[in-house]
Amino acid sequence: MDATEVGLWGVPLAILGGAIRVSTPFIFVSLGEAITERSGRINLGLEGTLVFGAMAAYAVAVMTNSPWLGLIAAAGAGLCFGLFHGWICKFPKVNDIAIGIALMLFGSGLAFFFGKPFIKPKAPNLPAIPFGGWSDIPQVQAALDVNVLFLIGAVLSVILWWAFRNTRAGLIVRVVGDSSDAARAMGLDPDTVRLLATGVGGALAGIGGAYLSLYYPGSWTERISSGQGLMAVALVIFARWNPLGCFAAALLFGGAGALGPALQSVGVTQGYYLFYAAPYILTLIIMIATSSPTRSLAGAPGELSITK
Amino acid sequence: MTDRFMLSRRQLLKTSAAGAALGLASAAFPVSKAFAAAATVGFIYVGPKDDYGYNQAHAEGAAALKGIEGITVVEEENVPETVDVQKTMESMINLDGASLIFPTSFGYFDPHMLAMCKKFPDVQFRHCGGMWDKTKHPMNAGSYFGYIGMGQYLNGVVAGHTSKTKKLGFVAAKPIPQVLLNINSFLLGARSVDPAITCQVIFTGEWSLAVKEAEATNALVDQGADVITCHVDSPKVVVETAAGRGAFVCGYHANQSPLAPEKYLTGAEWNWAKVYKMFVDDLVAGTPLPNFTRGGLADGFVKMSPLGPAVGEAAHKQFDATLAEMMKGGFSVIKGPLKSNKGAVVATEGQAFPETAIELESMDYLVEGVVGSTA
Repeated sequence: MDATEVGLWGVPLAILGGAIRVSTPFIFVSLGEAITERSGRINLGLEGTLVFGAMAAYAVAVMTNSPWLGLIAAAGAGLCFGLFHGWICKFPKVNDIAIGIALMLFGSGLAFFFGKPFIKPKAPNLPAIPFGGWSDIPQVQAALDVNVLFLIGAVLSVILWWAFRNTRAGLIVRVVGDSSDAARAMGLDPDTVRLLATGVGGALAGIGGAYLSLYYPGSWTERISSGQGLMAVALVIFARWNPLGCFAAALLFGGAGALGPALQSVGVTQGYYLFYAAPYILTLIIMIATSSPTRSLAGAPGELSITK
Repeated sequence: MTDRFMLSRRQLLKTSAAGAALGLASAAFPVSKAFAAAATVGFIYVGPKDDYGYNQAHAEGAAALKGIEGITVVEEENVPETVDVQKTMESMINLDGASLIFPTSFGYFDPHMLAMCKKFPDVQFRHCGGMWDKTKHPMNAGSYFGYIGMGQYLNGVVAGHTSKTKKLGFVAAKPIPQVLLNINSFLLGARSVDPAITCQVIFTGEWSLAVKEAEATNALVDQGADVITCHVDSPKVVVETAAGRGAFVCGYHANQSPLAPEKYLTGAEWNWAKVYKMFVDDLVAGTPLPNFTRGGLADGFVKMSPLGPAVGEAAHKQFDATLAEMMKGGFSVIKGPLKSNKGAVVATEGQAFPETAIELESMDYLVEGVVGSTA
């Protein structure tokens, strides 16, 4: 066992491993939110959807002994939450942000209520694909155990990026998001498009929750999310509503989150609270560097209630 | 002032409503059961009460009271360490009629519980882990805690025998005295086996952050630690992640062996049932409740998980011998000559701090051999 000492190499390794392990929920929630916001609505309730998805996935996986059925249940539950949000928001004078906050609390509360009996039992985990077989260092092998959901998320972000530019569905979502009037003139019904976009966004957030409870950290507790759903919503703005940007931002946050523990593990023990703030400092710097007083946020959908 | 007026009005309404209800009840059930001393006891938890950890340990203690005649237990979980806990206490007193309240989380003590003590002088409050001081705090307040550092010392003994890399890992929440004592005890237990052992500590900064705890555990295993323990509210994630990476684990707060039956060595557990029964017996008997309660393994406040299948012969022997020594009471984990990991002398030759030493409850150092920093 000569290979147990990786020393300072542990830091880049932990950042790489952390980026792969921690980022997946961010990827799914932010892609979901990107679809919703591109259609002109904000769904802040995805934090609640994430927590409920985590619970639903874990509960179904425990009962059926199949993590894949759990995943489907989480996506289904997320779809319902998304459709509910989309349906309420089509009524006049309804504020989508307020509904989102209400759904965030509702989703978490409902998950805690139904999740009580599932804290103790153990569910089967989603499988990981070992990409580290070429290395005989166990730490590298562990860092390169990549969950299938991460790969699906990566592929999905490329597909979405392409689809927003090149497919009819993508263009419909974008025109509805940029101008309701133009969409109506084209014979599109903005409410229906937004309903579907919010539903799909919710389903993706539910899948993000399934990753939390069925892979990493891999258990259902009421504190499982610790605000990741909310951070992912913020990531969308950070990524300028670009799916590829969402993927990159999620990786960045995952890797930066691993920095604090990794530095402490190699003996850099001073000021760990500062290292834990690294992702947020990074966000601030990038936001300041890319902002401009002469134009509004590049890429922001015109119908979004925060840009109107 | 308006606040106080509102409250007294609410209390008035509540009392008259309760009176009316009582009248109705006695009219409906003429032969009502009379209790010698009916009392309601309130428990407040900072997290879910089945977290395989801190809150579960308290909830198991509360559950032990439910069989006692005349005692009603009310509980509320997931109460943040903010003004929310004051509202919870008020509603337990005003609506449930609680006469004894156990706010179990560290951050509830100051200022929240102390404010309630002033507001409700007839209600007794006992806090877990706080430092009650006769000169500063009201007489209806108090605190209780157990010398669980002893349990972490025993964890360390078993870990020291089991570790092959001679590196241990500790996932800690915040650098407060109780946590530091646990880290130091864990390492000193291991060093009683082999003085070359070191312990790497990672602070996550919060009591419950599932993803960060998993990352910290992975980072420790990456650096070669092969026995992991922790001091966070819910050790579930740490235990499962460490066992998943092939490391051994020592438990904390409650028994986590069902989560990793092969890799679980032993664990330091609370036995709050004993403490809560003691308080409630006093309450029923009408004797004044103690204000400052402490106890260790010998007093039954703390217990150890049964040893796991991976524990070897030598570890078993030394564990039993050390436990027997501790059961006599007054065992000293911190004894000289001992330096902190910054080189400062914390105990001189011949100096020893037994488990009861009050100095240990204001510990602000990590001992030599612990890799980590308190800030």
